[in-house]
Amino acid sequence: MEPINIIQSRTVLMPAKDIDTDQIIPARFLTTTTKEGLGDVVFNDLRRDASGNDIDTFVLNQPQSAGCRILVGGNNFGCGSSREHAPWALLDYGFQAVISSEIADIFKSNSLKNGLLPIVIDADTHADLLSNPGVSVTIDLEAQSIAIEDGKTVKFPIDSFARYCLLNGVDQLGYVRQQSAAIDAFEENRTWTP
Amino acid sequence: MRVAILSWAVFILNTQLFKSQLNKGIVLNNSKTLFQKLWDDHIVVPETADTPAVLYIDLHIIHEVTTPQAFALLQQQGLAVRRPDLTLATMDHSTPTTPVVTFKDLEVVGKAAANQVRQMEKNCADFGIELLGFGSQQRGIVHVIGPELGATQPGKTIVCGDSHTSTHGAFGALAFGIGTTEVGHVLATQCVLQRKPRTFEVNVTGALGNGVTAKDLVLGIIGQVGIDAGTGHVIEYRGEAISALGMDSRMTVCNMSIEAGARAGIVAPDDTTYEYLHGRQRSPSGADWDKALTRWRKLRSDEGAVFDKSVTVAADKLQPMVTFGTNPGMVVGVNEAVPDNTADPSFKKALDYMQIEAGKPMTENAVDVVFIGSCTNSRLSDLQEAADVVKGRTVADGVRMLVVPGSQQIKKDAEAIGLDRIFTEAGAEWREAGCSMCIGMNGDTVGKGQLSVSTSNRNFEGRQGLGARTVLASPMTAAASAIAGKVADPRRYLQD
Ligand code: SF4
Repeated sequence: MEPINIIQSRTVLMPAKDIDTDQIIPARFLTTTTKEGLGDVVFNDLRRDASGNDIDTFVLNQPQSAGCRILVGGNNFGCGSSREHAPWALLDYGFQAVISSEIADIFKSNSLKNGLLPIVIDADTHADLLSNPGVSVTIDLEAQSIAIEDGKTVKFPIDSFARYCLLNGVDQLGYVRQQSAAIDAFEENRTWTP
Repeated sequence: MRVAILSWAVFILNTQLFKSQLNKGIVLNNSKTLFQKLWDDHIVVPETADTPAVLYIDLHIIHEVTTPQAFALLQQQGLAVRRPDLTLATMDHSTPTTPVVTFKDLEVVGKAAANQVRQMEKNCADFGIELLGFGSQQRGIVHVIGPELGATQPGKTIVCGDSHTSTHGAFGALAFGIGTTEVGHVLATQCVLQRKPRTFEVNVTGALGNGVTAKDLVLGIIGQVGIDAGTGHVIEYRGEAISALGMDSRMTVCNMSIEAGARAGIVAPDDTTYEYLHGRQRSPSGADWDKALTRWRKLRSDEGAVFDKSVTVAADKLQPMVTFGTNPGMVVGVNEAVPDNTADPSFKKALDYMQIEAGKPMTENAVDVVFIGSCTNSRLSDLQEAADVVKGRTVADGVRMLVVPGSQQIKKDAEAIGLDRIFTEAGAEWREAGCSMCIGMNGDTVGKGQLSVSTSNRNFEGRQGLGARTVLASPMTAAASAIAGKVADPRRYLQD
């Protein structure tokens, strides 16, 4: 994985609450056995009509969204199914960060493992972003801050371990595998066996 | 890779220093929640400010949809599966619910799905994992077969690349859904990295009325607390109404914990649990059973244990519940009018999608499809409840009713007591086990714009098919709706 530190981009807004992972990538696209190419079907059923034509009113189909790397979603973004295809699809499409006032647990955990930054900010800043379509935002992972163009800079929380991994571009499996002596000892010393 | 290993070594050194500082500050509290007991019993390396806990996993359930990329990772890194014996594999999501005898039968779902199923067979063979595949009478939905085989047991940690893994918490296990990267971690190391979640007590008082089931209870809970109330928490369901539930019903409740945002839901094990498990294929037997019982009986929240938050729900106030919107928290009693919150744009958008009007009772909505199935409600007692409503009646004209048992074993058991004939004689379709119309990956879908009353767990836009409108309900309510041709209160079909 590439190290991540600064992400600077204009934002795309999807203000609806509770955008679930079925909307991010509908189930019929989950028959894949790889991670590649899923960007093509991200938000498919919001993006295209039943005959596959683009729906002009959908935000990602509008010219000002081109090249935007930061998605600002409504509260409780990424709820529902645990499919990791959701962050894979967002990343493959070109997003590098998702900002919301609340992000669902499994989606957050999956995103952190793939280098998509899930950023939770306070409701006021969230409302500011939602009322300023296309504003430029700079995310500084090291400093755990987001700076809004001509506006304020706020801090965001992020799991310290995930942050370390992302800043250094290392994958978490390496860390778990280094604990193998502790895992062996745990298996040997248990008072019962599953 | 060398850089990565070097940086891990430095990092581990730093956190060791930190840990030794932390240990000095520990204060012991003797009253523990059930969750805390389960957590403590599986810590391989404790959590620090800088590192999550390394948590040991006792049972890893895998299926074809969320594992191919994890197996690919193991292959790339030349890793083996650490504990194939603690890995339970089946196929359920992209599988047909018509019989599969040859490869051609698989392709009814589509080439990609057939390829995914074959990949699963190959991965299991390559990595030495027993697969309960098409030839097996034990195949079924991941969250149905774990308990059915007795592999799901009190005190275990259980994970699966599937958010409804919370189902297994009904047995007093700590069970939660994980992503595919984590599936890879568990395959390779039998561990996951976890931050300790907070605890959430849901205390259910009173008793459920006639015609009101565990599904109505859990929909009522989600409606009361909201769909994000459980974020970051593990729910423990307690109280007299929970103790009174059978295991199938407890599974229904725990199954939908994720729909309240919680990764896990647990019920303390009791005699109902032990009775269910006794004699099952993978349950302990003989002297091991007695030992297990002694251990299991300690698995309850101690008197005075403190939860991070609590809520009380009155079971006797509930009636059969149905959803009217596009998330499981948008729920009303079946005879109630849909609330009017249309000033909220998300609420309005949901009602527009559902083509349901605020202020009108749900029973006015005509039904196109009824689905009885899914890991929420596809067990024998669910099918029995639906059959009790359907028996001697016919499915209304123009309604398609699909009944899909949760496992091949349930299918067999239901056929042995004649439930299949009750359904088929009424005009319903009786299928092979699988996820089917819950997720619509296998070609069993609800048509665009059609209204489906479904016993599954998610009414998200498009969940059951592009443009499908889903109303979540209990098996009895779904069955009653099939007969009436409209969303219906099942109590009108029940004998006293
Ligand atoms: S039945 Fe539905 S919710 Fe359950 S595991 Fe299958 S797809 Fe997921």
